[in-house]
Amino acid sequence: MQRNLTVNGRQYPVDVDDDTPLLWVLRDVLGLTGTKFGCGIALCGACTVHVDDAPRRSCVTPISALPDGARIRTIETLGELPEGKVLQQAWLDVEVVQCGYCQPGQLMSAAALLSVNHTPQDADIDAVMSGNICRCGTYARIRKAIKTAAAQLPSAEAGTERVPAMEAHG
Amino acid sequence: MQAKETSVSSSACSRRAFLVGMTAVGGGLLVSFRLSPAAAQTSPAVADFLAPNAFIRIDRAGRVTLILPYVEMGQGAYTSQAQLLAEELEVDLDQVTLEAAPPDESLYSHPVFGDQITGGSAGLRGSWDTLRRAGATARVMLETAAAQRWGVDGAECTTRRGEVVHGASGRRAKYGALVDDAARLPVPLDIMLKDPASYKLIGHSVKRVDTPEKVTGAAKFGIDALPAGVKFAAVAACPVFGGKLGTVDERPALRVRGVHQVVKLDDAVAVVADHTWAARKGLAALDISWNEGASATLDTARLVADCDAALEREGVVVAETGDPEAAEAQAASRYEAVFRMPMLAHLAMEPINCTAHVREDDCEIWVGCQRLALARRLAAETLGMPVEKVTIHNHLLGGGFGRRLEADYVAQAVRIARQLEGPVKVTWSREEDVQHDYYRFHNHSRVRVGIDAQQRPVSFSHRIVGPSVMARWLPIFFQNGVDLDMVGGATGPYRWPAQRIEYVRQEAPPGLATGNWRGVGPTRNVFVVESVIDDLARAAGRDPLEYRRSLLADSPRALAVLERAADLAGWGRPLTRGRGRGISLLNDFGSYVAEVAEVSVEPSGSLRVERVVCVVDCGVAVNPDVVHAQMEGGIIFGLSAALYGKITVANGRVEQSNFDDCPVLRMNETPSIEVHIVDSAEEPGGVGEPGTAALFPAVTNAIYAATGVRLYELPIDREQLRSA
Repeated sequence: MQRNLTVNGRQYPVDVDDDTPLLWVLRDVLGLTGTKFGCGIALCGACTVHVDDAPRRSCVTPISALPDGARIRTIETLGELPEGKVLQQAWLDVEVVQCGYCQPGQLMSAAALLSVNHTPQDADIDAVMSGNICRCGTYARIRKAIKTAAAQLPSAEAGTERVPAMEAHG
Repeated sequence: MQAKETSVSSSACSRRAFLVGMTAVGGGLLVSFRLSPAAAQTSPAVADFLAPNAFIRIDRAGRVTLILPYVEMGQGAYTSQAQLLAEELEVDLDQVTLEAAPPDESLYSHPVFGDQITGGSAGLRGSWDTLRRAGATARVMLETAAAQRWGVDGAECTTRRGEVVHGASGRRAKYGALVDDAARLPVPLDIMLKDPASYKLIGHSVKRVDTPEKVTGAAKFGIDALPAGVKFAAVAACPVFGGKLGTVDERPALRVRGVHQVVKLDDAVAVVADHTWAARKGLAALDISWNEGASATLDTARLVADCDAALEREGVVVAETGDPEAAEAQAASRYEAVFRMPMLAHLAMEPINCTAHVREDDCEIWVGCQRLALARRLAAETLGMPVEKVTIHNHLLGGGFGRRLEADYVAQAVRIARQLEGPVKVTWSREEDVQHDYYRFHNHSRVRVGIDAQQRPVSFSHRIVGPSVMARWLPIFFQNGVDLDMVGGATGPYRWPAQRIEYVRQEAPPGLATGNWRGVGPTRNVFVVESVIDDLARAAGRDPLEYRRSLLADSPRALAVLERAADLAGWGRPLTRGRGRGISLLNDFGSYVAEVAEVSVEPSGSLRVERVVCVVDCGVAVNPDVVHAQMEGGIIFGLSAALYGKITVANGRVEQSNFDDCPVLRMNETPSIEVHIVDSAEEPGGVGEPGTAALFPAVTNAIYAATGVRLYELPIDREQLRSA
């Protein structure tokens, strides 16, 4: 099915079957390889992107399920968001990263958290980040980096939500 | 894998390492070493060529390129190797370009392994002398060239940030301007390495060089390779170990939009398409019949029973001191225990993948692999091509943990690619990754200890049952019937009055592949030995810390990490009911590690690891923050396996498939981890694996302290922790 996808502010004409998960469109069709394949069934979070500012596991998001005109953001433009920019810097300052494969997904999840919550507590971080697996074991540093980044965001803007809305996932 | 020979010492290095050539290449100064190894001697064709480990290229424009022999899989290898080279070359890391070494075992073999291998927590140990000397040699030649040009004594010249400076006259010359002169000089064989007191990079937590592009999505892992015209393949290998393809009707897959071709291998089917989803859909549409073969009835109960039976067999005596049999016969009492460890998968976050383009006369491969030269040899062999016709583009690894020490997926990708026009990326599903691993196999151990009337051990006998990965994978580590990895850490760092280590080789059935897993031999044996020690302490009515201390008179470094860990963890301070502390000690990979775990156990059997304190003496910590990160990560990796790690087999198939039925540790389960590094001027030890290996017994000993339940099997069985 021919359709247009808006990814990172750019329009891409795409012609694949309706059931094709966004993940494979991003990676194989559009060549945006920053979004990672990890499990294929929303268990690991490596494929996390933002759809209309909300975190989505792209491996279980068929493109037919995307709202018309959906704005898709991937790791490649995370730095354009204020919370994305401070998170990426905090990731480097805290030296979170080891192999780095899961980190695009970790950062997208963390950015979704900070987009609604500038004062994340441990429970908020656990709630949002426990869906993202890291086999190198960088969890403690991720927690620290999220707090480091959050401290640089204006707390007045924090909303009432503690964690972002997330579609049910495994 | 652990280096059984000690890491190359300074003096050994100056004897064994010699500069085999230096010339101006491509307008640059190229310096390289050959480190003795047998591999080089067996390659006369390259004997007069510039040879191993890392090397340095400086061009006339002053561009400094450091070529790094060990691959980056998260362990900070690029950063640490660059630190060693840049330190002695006197350049800063912002002045260099880093290049991953291509596959070439004649140039880049690990000095102990004799092949191009990143593993065994041995990369830094293999680099320590080689790379520092490579840097220093280049620096001395540049200094000499400058001194000659200026007519001054070389000793009056200094170097910093890529420049030679003559302080007295204020003259300076950039390295690039000295390249041609330096290239004409004889190569100095006796070079002074820098005084560690003057280190600016080594011993400092310099920022990692590989991470900026990893937070923007720009980093390229093997799975991200997109050569022009690439197609995408999904693959299903026979689900039964060693089984073969029967028949398959291709048509259902070919009806899926975007599917181009179905490729049949003798043991697998691949579907090739415009993108991975179409390929996966096509594969799912196929009704494949398999010839399941001899393993079709295999199950875990049989594998365990076979290992138990092997425990009753005589093995090869690996080491014997004193007369343990006699000592045991005369002992006042005897201790005996059997330990059983499960099969484990690796579950690296980047699923197994390889991209290949096979043309008539050559082949190009894009992959992340811990054993590049093996990958190249295997591809060449599979295709019947000379090795020189195979080009491998080395990529970052999304985790290795031992799985990418194999190259089976490279062979599979070229078998698929040879049936296609153009390049193809073969990406395994997570299910395929879990079910076609090179598993850490079942390992069983029996330990017998003779105890005297004063409750002191008089003999220690350890019989180890397991497969020999080394016999297949690195035969120089399989000697006189003994897999040197299997017996690593078999006695612990303790002094036993008499001891015997015995190895009984028990291979997995054909088709069930076994391999290396983070922590290798010590991951198994440290669990055994440290559990035994705790049991012995309990039997003697003594504190486990104090009991260990009494057996460590000969091991001051082991004793030091043990005591420091206990101290930092508050050993001996009272805990609330249901909580317990356990301690473990390891001397392996050239490092000493002690860990204290604190656990809480609910009456329901629910278990939480609350805290892990880890003290590591790894000699010189080249990059302390990287050491911290490796210990933290190693502990998490071990904890995943201790709590959940178990691959089981039924009907010849692996029963698990994804992170739902083989769970790993997540953020909300992560304990507080505190890592402390002992200041040391000793040669660097490995840090990738000991954190994992020491974790298991720290946790089970803590459970013992909390509940009085001794766990002789892994993973931890919550049922056994439930209060009656």
